[in-house]
Amino acid sequence: MATSDELQFHEFDEAADLLAVNPDATTTRISEQQSHVAVNVSAGSEEGELGEETDKTELLSGQKKQPSFWTFEYYQTFFDVDTYQVLDRIKGSLLPLPGKNFVRHHLRNNPDLYGPFWICATLAFTLAVSSNVAHALEKRGDPSFHYSPQFHKVTIAGLITYCYAWLVPLALWGYLQWRKGLSIHVGSYSFLETVCVYGYSLFIYIPTSILWLIPAAWLQWLLLAFAAALSGSVLVLAFWPLLRSDSKPATLAALAAIVSLHVLLAVGCKLYFFQMLPSTIPPVHPLVTAQHPTVLLPRQASASVPLRH
Amino acid sequence: MAEAEESRAGGAAKPLFAGLSDVSISEDIPVEGEITVPVGSHSPDEDYSTLDEPVKDTIMRDLKAVGKKFVHVMYPKKSSALLRDWDLWGPLVLCVSLALMLQGGSADSKEDGGPQFAEVFVIIWFGAVVITLNSKLLGGTISFFQSLCVLGYCVLPLTVAMLVCRLVLLASSGTVSFIVRLVVVMAMFGWSTLASTAFLADSQPPNRKALVVYPIFLFYFIISWMILTFTPQ
Repeated sequence: MATSDELQFHEFDEAADLLAVNPDATTTRISEQQSHVAVNVSAGSEEGELGEETDKTELLSGQKKQPSFWTFEYYQTFFDVDTYQVLDRIKGSLLPLPGKNFVRHHLRNNPDLYGPFWICATLAFTLAVSSNVAHALEKRGDPSFHYSPQFHKVTIAGLITYCYAWLVPLALWGYLQWRKGLSIHVGSYSFLETVCVYGYSLFIYIPTSILWLIPAAWLQWLLLAFAAALSGSVLVLAFWPLLRSDSKPATLAALAAIVSLHVLLAVGCKLYFFQMLPSTIPPVHPLVTAQHPTVLLPRQASASVPLRH
Repeated sequence: MAEAEESRAGGAAKPLFAGLSDVSISEDIPVEGEITVPVGSHSPDEDYSTLDEPVKDTIMRDLKAVGKKFVHVMYPKKSSALLRDWDLWGPLVLCVSLALMLQGGSADSKEDGGPQFAEVFVIIWFGAVVITLNSKLLGGTISFFQSLCVLGYCVLPLTVAMLVCRLVLLASSGTVSFIVRLVVVMAMFGWSTLASTAFLADSQPPNRKALVVYPIFLFYFIISWMILTFTPQ
């Protein structure tokens, strides 16, 4: 039988000792209704930030009042990142290492919308701008060419990028939720994490689209293959742990779909925005047309040559 | 429980408020009254009614405020005048003049041309709203309209660049003019970005300054691109 003394509330001795050793440690108290005090000691400055982050999420995930969907604070939770975190996530999308799952290693339960949104915006404008510059550079030998800013390409690039970065994760997330319902071993990420992975994986296409200005076709295709391989492997590494416990055909089909959609995006962008062949088509000598007025000159794909009689 | 402790403590020594628990408020003492503080002096604006002044004064006051802000933008230093008394007249004037100058660039086919008036207008205002939302979501302390005001006013160097470009294009449209236009637009782009970050950067949390500055950079880059690629019919 417990004495009344044992049933009284006691301060944790361990906590008091820890506090005595490290007097300026941060301590956190959960709500007053719960009758224990949790001590959160930040071990060092390096670990401190990460430790605080994970401790905070552990402590607060159960107790924090989720702001309502209609308040501004709800959306602020999606932008809770610092500069170094965004840079770290971008680096993680550029260097896929086999052991490191992007979602677990870099996102760490803190997905953000800043990266996907601004990477898509930058990618849309970079595609449109470098497509315009490539078009102008390629046509500069042609005297009939009149430069135009081709502003509609911005709209199209934006549409393609944002649709890809938001609808494909939606479809993938839905698919994973469905498979999770069928087989208990299939895990899933939250929708935000899926959007995050896709958004950050698009980052490699930004320098690629700038490098596509170099008018060498073999280089362009090489860059495309390299970029698609890198970002595709980031996606595969992120989704492989979820799918590997599913049945083999389903896993392979899902991974093939992810990779092929990604490659399709890259190839589609390359062909639509940079469809010209690198060599400029020289204008036809007027003497030739004068001698053979009835011969129809072969129409070139990208330049129309004025016929003169 | 608190009272028990207090009585225990009171028995041991004489604490500061020993006899406080004995005090009780009897019904005879009135505990009511008025808690209004008479306002000493009205602020000067309240006495001075702006209804009777000549229209010229009313308009000149606003114009002077707008002009002062233009000067602040051209020589950006840490002053809070731009932030404190925000107004959207300046951004509206700048946006409309820039869109008017940019519209109807050359086009071979109907859709192949430069941005139309509505496109420029939407890009500037929608872009400014998105950047403001971005900075507020990242935890900035600046208010919505203050940020719109700063971003709008900092379009002024780019509007000047557009004017210069149009004048240069009137003169010639060869490679030399392109280089001149490129240099002017790049200089004004740098000026705009620096001016707006000088005003906006302080209101952001310190770890996220770069995250807030980058969209501003992108925004002015797009506008500079539209200015640089403008070719008249």
